[in-house]
Amino acid sequence: MTILSLSNLTKRYGRDTALDAVDLELKAGERVALLGHNGAGKSTLMKLVLGLVDRSAGDISVAGHAPGSPVARALTAYLPENVAFHPALTGREQIRHYLRLRGGNPKDADALLDKVGLADAARRRIGTYSKGMRQRVGLAQALIGSPRLMVLDEPTSGLDPVSRREFYALLDELAARGTAILLSSHALSEVEARTDRIVILSKGRKVSEGTLGDLRTQAALPLTVHVRAKAGRESMVASAFPEATAAAGMLTLTCPQTAKLEMMTRLSGAADAIADFDVVPPGLDDIYAHISRRAA
Amino acid sequence: MLSRIFSTARIEFAIALRNRWVAIAVAMMALFSLVLSVAGSAPTGDLGVDRLSITVASLTSLSVYLVPLIALLISFDAVAGEVERGTLPLHLTYPIGRGEMLLGKLLAQLGVVALAVVLGYAVAAGVAFGLGGADAAAGLPALIRLIWTSVLLGAAFLALGHAMSCLSRRPSGAAGMAIGLWLVAIVLYDLGLLAAIVADDGGAFTTRVFPWLLVANPADAFRIFNLAASDAVGAASGLAGAAHSIAAWKPLASLIAWPVAAALLARAAFARVQP
Repeated sequence: MTILSLSNLTKRYGRDTALDAVDLELKAGERVALLGHNGAGKSTLMKLVLGLVDRSAGDISVAGHAPGSPVARALTAYLPENVAFHPALTGREQIRHYLRLRGGNPKDADALLDKVGLADAARRRIGTYSKGMRQRVGLAQALIGSPRLMVLDEPTSGLDPVSRREFYALLDELAARGTAILLSSHALSEVEARTDRIVILSKGRKVSEGTLGDLRTQAALPLTVHVRAKAGRESMVASAFPEATAAAGMLTLTCPQTAKLEMMTRLSGAADAIADFDVVPPGLDDIYAHISRRAA
Repeated sequence: MLSRIFSTARIEFAIALRNRWVAIAVAMMALFSLVLSVAGSAPTGDLGVDRLSITVASLTSLSVYLVPLIALLISFDAVAGEVERGTLPLHLTYPIGRGEMLLGKLLAQLGVVALAVVLGYAVAAGVAFGLGGADAAAGLPALIRLIWTSVLLGAAFLALGHAMSCLSRRPSGAAGMAIGLWLVAIVLYDLGLLAAIVADDGGAFTTRVFPWLLVANPADAFRIFNLAASDAVGAASGLAGAAHSIAAWKPLASLIAWPVAAALLARAAFARVQP
């Protein structure tokens, strides 16, 4: 079942185009990551989906409802980037208020705070919280009820690696129960295998969409090979790999994904002279940088 | 719908309590009331009216200045503050209407104003009873009228504060607009009318237009309604003549219409705020 559908979505601010003819569909239980630099249009897209700003052209449907309509708002949970709350309120008061606004039971507040690891801080004022703790309050409020659509703007910024892992575990749980999740991030390495699909935005346009494997193939970045010669055999190795550059006692060269086997043959041919070697596939951030640069 | 409004009111009242706005408002009203009731107790014997009625006359003049000021101070931050803190976008994605949000805030802030007014005037009433004995009971109806009209006056300026808050979208700008509004509505408006009357010298403006202009301003409507409703109060203040020439329903209607109109204005201004 399609939860979110965008077609030809465009947003202009004066003469600037913040979002340019973007199409996107999210089905129930799908986790989609929106990737892009600052100003690529991620937050604009999210605000359009939430009905916080009006679109210039195109269509948005949240489970068949207009964005920002009372039904759409009841179905959607949102975690803004750098989420903020009134510093004078305690975490518990804030979550209770949000529960009441969603027609929930305010008594569930403690369970929600416990779920995000804030049980001990529930009675303290949010003004005393660290950035990571505020982010957790934001996550707790996004978990209220069973949202059909979750919109998370850079949800893991400010979280340490352990918390980030716990956070993605929560998302897996929600997705398994049918929540469609749209989250944004600066870095591909942050979302990695935790999402079903990755959409890359650049200057307001959708420049790529697919699974991590799709993107890897699309980018077609070469592998990097590091070779270390045995003592005294450096010149022999260097002549076997004339295209390599030497640095820090190692030879470094690249090889296309499709030529992996030939590279192995060459390496084994020089096996007598080689002390060690590494074959490194392109990193996630390399792939992302390549795709967004190509689009620009 | 009601539960969302009440929840908002509850959370806003908690914030006002912690930001010391409740304490500041109550202290301000109580302090000024105390000073006025003690200082204003001298002329009792000459006028032949009870001490509390005289105090109410002084309190009326005080409230005209203080209640709108307190109301604007509490309310100017309502929307602009949420914009600045960055809490508004998230708030607006909840299933709560913008009108409901404003009403909730208005309700909480009205609670603060009412608390300040009731506690402040209670101090004055306490002094009047303490110094004047049981006779002061004759002034109770005037005091009760003063309380609920003060709350209406407060509601009008709270909603106007919300409108400023939505229009400026920045707390500093909203504060400036609120102070400006207070100066114009409370101080300059009367001065302007006075100048116009002097210039007009008893002509058509003074007899036809002036009474309506007086009623059109919520602060003047508040003053006139409280003065017209009480002879003792009228005797104690210079505006008695003007007050008695205007039927009491006119200022009352103005006092009721202003909070409604201002709330609608605030709602319309809030609709244009895109976070």
